[in-house]
Amino acid sequence: MIADPFFAAILFHTTTSALRSEKLLKKAGLEIKLVPTPRHLSSDCGIAIRCLWIERQIAQGILSSAGVEHEVHSLDEMI
Amino acid sequence: MIYLDNAATSWPKPQPVIQAMQDYLERAGGNPGRSGHRLSIAAGRILYDARESLAEFFGLQDPFRVIFTLNATHALNLAIHGLLRPGDQVVVGGMEHNAVMRPLRWLEKHGVQVAKVPANQHGQLDPAAFASALAQSPRLVVINHASNVCGTIAPVAEIASLAHAAGAFVLVDAAQTAGVLPVDINSLDVDLLAFTGHKSLLGPPGTGGLLLADHFEPQELKPLVQGGTGSRSEFEIQPDDLPDHYESGTPNGVGIAGLAAGISWLQERGVENLRDHEIEISRRLRQGLSQIPGLCLYGPSDSQQATAVLSFTIEGKTVSEIGYHLDEDYEILCRVGLHCAPAAHHSLGTFPSGTVRLSLGPTTTHAQIDQTIRAVERIATL
Repeated sequence: MIADPFFAAILFHTTTSALRSEKLLKKAGLEIKLVPTPRHLSSDCGIAIRCLWIERQIAQGILSSAGVEHEVHSLDEMI
Repeated sequence: MIYLDNAATSWPKPQPVIQAMQDYLERAGGNPGRSGHRLSIAAGRILYDARESLAEFFGLQDPFRVIFTLNATHALNLAIHGLLRPGDQVVVGGMEHNAVMRPLRWLEKHGVQVAKVPANQHGQLDPAAFASALAQSPRLVVINHASNVCGTIAPVAEIASLAHAAGAFVLVDAAQTAGVLPVDINSLDVDLLAFTGHKSLLGPPGTGGLLLADHFEPQELKPLVQGGTGSRSEFEIQPDDLPDHYESGTPNGVGIAGLAAGISWLQERGVENLRDHEIEISRRLRQGLSQIPGLCLYGPSDSQQATAVLSFTIEGKTVSEIGYHLDEDYEILCRVGLHCAPAAHHSLGTFPSGTVRLSLGPTTTHAQIDQTIRAVERIATL
C-alpha cells in the first residue's frame, strides 16, 4: 500500500488568487506556506500554496466558498 | 510657503507614505507575481493588501476588480478605448478634463460619435439635460465627478440612473474626488470608476486605477496593453483572469505601497472629517476673496456643492501675473491657465484666458487662508 502524501500543492491562475488564498487560509488557522509553483505540476511561473494533505479538503472548501479558482495536487515529489 | 495646488498633486505627503515606499524598496524589492522567492512574495503581498484596502475604500466587494494603472488618465484611456468601437455613441458632461476629451476626440476620427451635454456658468450639470443625448442609445456616458477647475460636484448618481435606463455604461472620473468626498462605487451607481493615487489619496505619482463594479462583465472591456503577467506563462495569448487581463508589465509596487499608506492615513482621520475641514476653509477663502473689488469667483457659491478648489480672475490683470506675484512675493503656490480642461473653461466663460486656481488640502490651515486672502487683496491693487 502506498502511503498518503504529506503535503498538497494548491495551484492558482494568478498571483493575486494565491495571495488572497494565503490570507483566507491563514485566517482559518491552516498550516500553509507560499512556495514556488512546482515545475512538474505546471509550466507556469509564480507561486502556489503548500498545505497539509489531510487539511486539503478544508482548504478547498474555504477557497470554493470564496469563489477562488484553484487546483489541488499531491506534493510528495517535492519533499 | 503655502501650497495651494493640491488639485494638481497633493503636497506634503504624509510621513507614513514616504516610509512605506522606503520599506518597499529595502525589504520587498522583488518583482511581484513573477518569481516565487521571498522578496517577490513580499512585494506581491503589499500589492494584494493595497488592492483589498482600495476595494474596501471604494465599496467594492471583489479586490480583483481593482485594476492598477499609472494615473487617472491611463485608467480613463483603458475604459474609453476598451469599451468604444466604431459606430458607438458616447455622451460626456461639459466639465470634462482632456484626459477624457482627448481620447474621445481621437476616437471621433475613427467612427465614434461624441455628444457633449453643456454645464451652466457655475459648472453645474442638469441630469434632465441628458435626455436627448441618451435617446440616441449611447454605449457609454462619462462624467467628471468634480471639476478640477472650480470644484463643482456633479450629480453622478442621478445621471447614472438615467444612463442605465437608456442601456449605457457609466464611467466616472474621480480624479478630484477620491479621498475628498466619500466615494462609493455602489452609491454612485457607476460601472467603471477611474482614480488617481497622487492627489487626495495622498500617494505618489505613477499610481492610480480603474475599478470595475462588481456587476460589470469584464468581457465588455478590452485591455489597453497586453504582455507578461506572471500567470499562464505557457500561453502567448493574454489571460482572461482578473486583474491580470488588464495589468501587463511590472507594476509600480513602490508607488502602490505608498498609495496604501495614504489610504490608511485617510481612514484613520476619516474622509468625512477631512471634508468638513475643507468645506470650512474653502468657505473662508471664498468669503474673503469675494470682498475684493474687481475679483470674479467661479463655481457654486455654496462650498458644500464643490470640492476645495476655487478659481478666480481679477479685472485688468492676467492670470499669469497674479500667479507670478503669488509665488514670487508671497510664496503661495497655485496653478493658472486652462488646467488641461478647455471644455470646463468654455462652460465657465473663462476660455481662453483661464483662471487662477487655488486648491486646498487636508493640512491647509485657517492662517494660511487668511494670508492668501491678504496677498490677493494686495495683488489686486497693484
